[in-house]
Order: sequence, then structure tokens, then C-alpha cells
Amino acid sequence: MRADDFLYPTDAGLYCPPGDFFIDPVRPVPRALITHGHGDHARAGHGAVMATRETLDIMAIRYGEDFTAARQVADGPVRVGGVAVSFHPAGHILGSAQIRLACQGGPVITVSGDYCRTPNPVCAPWEPVPCDIFVTEATFGLPVFKHPDPAAETRKLLASMAEFPGRPHLVGAYALGKAQRVIALLRQAGYDAPIHLHGSAQRLSDYHLAEGIPLGDLRPATTPKQIEGQVVIAPPSAFASPWVQRFRDPVISFASGWMAVRARARQRGVELPLIISDHVDWPQLTQTLSELRPQEVWVTHGAEEALVRWCELNQLRARPLRLVGYEDEEE
Amino acid sequence: MKAFAALLERLAFTPARNAKLQILQHYLERTPDPDRGYAFAALTGDLKLRTVTPGLLRGLAVERFDEVLFALSYDFVGDLAETIALIWEGEPQGELSITEAVHLLETTGKAGLPAAIAGVLDRLGPSERLAFLKLATGNLRIGLSARLARTALAQMGAPTLDEIEEVWHGLKPPYPEVFAWVEGGPRPDRAALAPFRPVMLSTPIDLDELRALDPADHVAEWKWDGIRVQAVSEGGVRRLYSRTGEDISGAFPDLIAEITWEGAVDGELLVRSEGGVASFNDLQQRLNRKTVSRALLQSHPAGLRVYDLLIWNGEDLRPRPLMDRRAVLEAADFRSDRIDISPLLSFSTWDDLAALRADPPDPVIEGVMIKRRDAPYTGGRPRGPWFKWKRDPRVVDAVLMYAQRGHGKRSGYYSDFTFGLWSGDTLVPVGKAYFGFTDEELRELDRFVRNNTTERFGPVRAVAPKLVVEVAFEGVNRSARHRSGVALRFPRISRIRWDKPAVEADRLDTLEAMIDAPNVFDAEAARAGVRHGRTKRRE
Repeated sequence: MRADDFLYPTDAGLYCPPGDFFIDPVRPVPRALITHGHGDHARAGHGAVMATRETLDIMAIRYGEDFTAARQVADGPVRVGGVAVSFHPAGHILGSAQIRLACQGGPVITVSGDYCRTPNPVCAPWEPVPCDIFVTEATFGLPVFKHPDPAAETRKLLASMAEFPGRPHLVGAYALGKAQRVIALLRQAGYDAPIHLHGSAQRLSDYHLAEGIPLGDLRPATTPKQIEGQVVIAPPSAFASPWVQRFRDPVISFASGWMAVRARARQRGVELPLIISDHVDWPQLTQTLSELRPQEVWVTHGAEEALVRWCELNQLRARPLRLVGYEDEEE
Repeated sequence: MKAFAALLERLAFTPARNAKLQILQHYLERTPDPDRGYAFAALTGDLKLRTVTPGLLRGLAVERFDEVLFALSYDFVGDLAETIALIWEGEPQGELSITEAVHLLETTGKAGLPAAIAGVLDRLGPSERLAFLKLATGNLRIGLSARLARTALAQMGAPTLDEIEEVWHGLKPPYPEVFAWVEGGPRPDRAALAPFRPVMLSTPIDLDELRALDPADHVAEWKWDGIRVQAVSEGGVRRLYSRTGEDISGAFPDLIAEITWEGAVDGELLVRSEGGVASFNDLQQRLNRKTVSRALLQSHPAGLRVYDLLIWNGEDLRPRPLMDRRAVLEAADFRSDRIDISPLLSFSTWDDLAALRADPPDPVIEGVMIKRRDAPYTGGRPRGPWFKWKRDPRVVDAVLMYAQRGHGKRSGYYSDFTFGLWSGDTLVPVGKAYFGFTDEELRELDRFVRNNTTERFGPVRAVAPKLVVEVAFEGVNRSARHRSGVALRFPRISRIRWDKPAVEADRLDTLEAMIDAPNVFDAEAARAGVRHGRTKRRE
């Protein structure tokens, strides 16, 4: 079977005819395989969903138990139609997976979803999944993105808290994944005071705790008088809302790979940019391609032009899929 | 370099003035000489290094990196030095002090510069690489004025800001004597004769705000559309300074030659024409030149219109009330027909003044200045004693034609707009504007551009001619260099007319009728142009 008949992009997302399923579809479909729980990859309303147990739990927390008619935990290799399917850790967020697809006489395809190779205390580490075709993201697919050590970025936050003890530090972090990672990084750095959460991050953080991830003492950020000088984690969108007005003279921080570019930080009015990303940076991305050496690289979303150029320069066949509907959750 | 890089990063992201001051003050207190002095000079733009050009940096980049990948990266980052700092592959090795960096840039010849810069980049981490490149290009962009930097110095010790400003001119980086002074040492000798004195600046005001003030406490003058200068002559040394203290004597030898008195005077530099004053357009011919040709001296003679005296015949008049200084000024003999005095306007109510402002006798007037009679001459911009009440800008309704992605703070947004006016049934581009709108409006404009693109040329998009923008500007001149034949001064988008159909936008001849001064001898036409401008609808 030709690769193009095995898996191809459609308006609803990547479609696999021999298995009759979509991967991370952006519209309701009869059968969906979901790589991870971020909103643009995991949507409600499908007929049947296969994903890791954690991803299914997260979808139920976000959308309610009726987010799909039928669900199946991806646990070990399974057959879907004529396709052998298996899920492998992607190192992006809790429950995130790469999906390996194989079928008789066809190529082995790994759809990596979003992935990251920097150790992350809130999820299992990325694993290489050898394949003929590697389907990769390119969110930070430009050679300017070389994410620094997250522990060093965390020290920046602690240093600022020491310098401005009277000012609450509001750290913008996406409610799923980044919020818990920032908390875990602070705990690893020895910060053990209570950390306050914007309401939108509460239930997902509770779920991490229930999964045995040590996030320490978490409290709601509803009582501003008691949280001065401490850390408050909130989705970046909250900074544009009146919610912020409850804090006096806050230091606005933002944990994102985009903070590597100053203009991005300034556009958002960030005073303390923290370069902490859940995606592969350029060195990790190119290292991954060099190690896997697939016959072909398909680029789903992000800075695909640059990655395709790099592949050209390194004698790898590559093409952009130009999938639409995947926003960058770090924005 | 580490501490300097951290300082730049903190300053770049800290919006609040006081927090900026605190950060800078702490840096200056904790950093030894001469590093802090070089850092200070770098921040205030007083470090005159061999300028590393963007071309040189690009050359470094293409030598090391694939051109396509670099171009894509630059397009995303929006700042050349930052792109190189981020993309460069180096491992931090040891420390390079800012003093060492400055010496390296000072002593390396032009031919050796690229290799020397690459060598430094190889041994620095990313934020130090950026700091070094910003230092080398002389473009720090951290939103800190020289005056604010000197305010941080003043906070470190006993000398006041004005005292520091007074000795500043003539001192050279790394300013060891200044740091010694703020830390308790002796006041440095004034290093140069004819130093610059801090200029007194005005704040904008409108009629509503004026009504709260008593006209009897104030005098008014025309606001001349020239260049604010300070002319100083002491002990045979004669200098002309811009209002920021930059020495611009070299560009105006004709005016310097006319200075035969002793003192420091505040006034407006104007280009004279037969019987009056030439347009700002003519003055522009004389600006930004290190030297000036004899022909230009003939065709565009410089003059000075004085409105205040700081020092006169050795006496410091600044502590005295304006009307005392004015009396000395009116009695002074400048012994030159190129130097005259800005007259006071006669008015008894603010409405009188409004009427004068609405109908100025000369196109080179851009409003009125209002000054408190009893105010001393105070450097800086104190709110209150001096106000500027500028004439209303003129406006046209133009059609958005092209948009270009911005750089710096606006990279990623379409923020530079080309607009046009109708000529027959075609649109002729007449200018570009990249400010005047709010952040929210910028997002709306960006969305409009993305949704209405008809063609792409690199970072530029042509958009469907649907959106009308009200463009405000300070003046319009004939220009051979523009396709439309006209050039706008200081254009900005004052309003977005989502409601107005493009066919109802203004025509090119509307703009042509507003032309200030086709040439300096056609003053009648110029006046007609000024008076028929439309009134503004919004600032």
C-alpha cells in the first residue's frame, strides 16, 4: 500500500482509510485516535475515541463524561480495521502519546503529535519509535529556538520573587500541562510554599495530584490578601481580564517557548518571560530526525517551511501537510 | 557582560519608570568602574564606537548559516541582532567584561571586525550575545532616555539631576569622576567651555485645560516649526546644541559665525527666505549633515529666533522669573540680522488666543506656546509652567492599499500601512503610517489585512481597496520622489472608518490643495493651503 493511501490529510484532519479512523480530528468524526488532551487535538463529539487512559480522563474532565459515544483505552498493540495501532509516550503532557500505524504491505508511520524530549516531571519521557514515515510537528521549527534548561528559567522566577517580595508573581501557563509543569519545577527547585491557582487550572491539577504527581500545596487564587508575594498560576488569557485587578502591582510572567523572542514577550506585556516549553526545540527536532532517519518526514503544523528546508539540506525527503485547525496552545 | 546582559533584559521588559530606575541604580551601585561607565554610556547612546552595520551582521550570518533558514528566522524574530544572537551556536566560556568588549570594538580595524565579532559570539551565551551585538550596533532599544539614566545617578548620591546635567557635557565615558562625585567625592570640574544646559520643555494642552488657568498669569508666543536649539558662546567657544544636547554646530557654520555675544540662549533654528521664514521642508535640507556646501549655505541660510536667555554676559538668569529674563532679552543686542526675538502675542482671554492660533500669519507656525510669567527656567519637562497648544492636524480619508509586517514590538503583526487617494478611478499611494492606532485597533487592522489580502510580496501584502482610514498629518509638501507628487509630514492613522465606503474616500487634489509651500517664494499659495485644512475629529 502506498503511503498516500494509508494516511492523508483531509479537512477534518489526518485520515487512515484501511483503519477508517482520523487522528486528532478537528471536527466530529465516527472514529478518532487522539494523541493528547489539548483542546485543538482532543475535541468532543466523536463517535468513538481511542486514546491513553490519561487522555480519556482529561477529555472527560474538560468536556464531561459524554464527550464521545464510545471510548477505548489504548493499551498495548491493537488492530483497528486492517491497521496495527500502538501508542508510545511523547513527553509533551500527561497522557500524551505518539501513534504508530502499520499495515500489511504498507509503510510504518509514526504520528508524533506534539512531543518534547526535555525531561518533564509531570509525564513519561518521549521514546523513539522507528518508522518509515515520521509525522512531526514544527511548532518551534526555526533554528532560533534553543530552549534553555527549565531549571535555570525557574531560578529566574525565584530570583524575581526574592527581589520583589511584596509583589505577587502571576505566571501565565496553559491550564493543561504547562501549569502543572511549572508547579513541579518550582517544587524541584525547593519552593514549598502554597501555590495559588486560577480556577481554570484547578481540576486538571487535582487530576495530576490524583495520578500521584507531587505538586505540593495548591490553593485557589480567590483570596488575594493572603497570597501576596507568592506564586499564582493562571492561563495567559486571564491577564487580559478583570481577574488580574485583584492583585496589587503584580509581576506578569509567562512560561512559554515563545518567550525566547523578545518581541513576543513585549507584545504580551510580559515583565518576566520564562522560556519553558513542552515542545521540541530546533536542536531536539533535528536530532530526532537524524536519529530516526525515516524515509520521509511529514510536517503537520508550525514552521514547516524551515524544517522542510533543513530536511532538504540533510537529504531527507520531507513535505508539509498544511493541516489547519491546530493552534498553538502556548499562544 | 553577564550583568550588563541581565540589565538590558530587565530594562527591556520593565515598563514602569520607577522600576527601571531602581534596576539601573542597583546595577550602577554593584558594578565597578569602568564597566558601569561604559554600560551607562551605552544606555544613553554616548558610546561612540565604530558602528557595526546590519550588512556586516548579515554577512556573518550567511557565512555560518543556510541563507533560507536564516531569512525565515529573521522574518519571525524581526530583529537582526536578536536573530543572530539566538541562532548562533556557541558555548559560554569565561567572562568578557563590557570594558573588554568596548576596547575590542574600539581597537579592531574595519577589516578584522567580522572575525573579531564572530570570535566573541562563539564564547558567549545567548543573552550576552544579544547584549554584545546591541552594543556593537549602538542600538539598544530599551526605552530609557539619557535623562532618566542620569536620574538614576542622581538617586545614588547628593548631586541633583540638574547639577549632573550641567557638568555632563564634555565628560567622556566611562565617567569615573561622576561616579566618584555621586559617591561623595568632589564635584568634577566643568570639562568644557560653552556646555549644554538642560532645556526647559513644554507639555501639550487644549482649550478645556487652559480654561482652568488665568490668562493674566501667562504670556504666549507663536510655536515656530523649526528646530529647538540652544546657542552658547563662552570665552570664544561657540556651540549650537539640539534640545537633547547634541552638538550640531558643524551643520550650521553660517549661524555660528553670527554669534558675537556671550551667553546661552534658547530659541528656534529656522531657515530664512526672502522676507520671512522658509518651510520645515527647506530646513530639513540643512539637517543631519556633518558639513554643508557653500551652495546650500546660500540657498538655505540659517537663522535663530530667540525666546529665552539662560546665561547672559556671565550672569545665570535661570532662577529669575520669565518676565525678568524677557526684559533682558528685549534689551539685548544680538548684532545680527539673522538673529531676532520671538514676539509675544497680545491676548487677554483664552478665546483671543484661540482666534490667533486659528489664523497664524505665517505657515511656519504650528501653534502657540503658553508660558507662566513667574516661572524660572527649569530643565526637563515640569508640568505647568510651559505649555504647547499645537494647531490641529490636517486629515484626509484615505484607502488602505498595502500592509507590511512590523518589526520589533510588532513583529508578527501587519502594522505598517500604505494608503492612497483617488485620482480618477485609480488609487494613488500617498504615504505610509505605522502609528496612531491603539493596540486593539492594531489587532483589528491585522485581521483585516489577513482576511483581505489580494497579493503578497515578501512581507508586504496588497489588500482589497475596501477600508478607509482617516490619516492625520502636520503638513504636506511637493515631492519629486513620490509617485503621487506629494509627501506628508508626520502622517498617522487617527481613525479607522469601518463605516465609510472606499469610493467616498478623498481625492488626490484635496491633498494637493493643502500643500504648504510649493517653493519659498510662493507664500500666498502656502497660506491658502494652511487655512483650508479640515479640522480634526480626534487626536
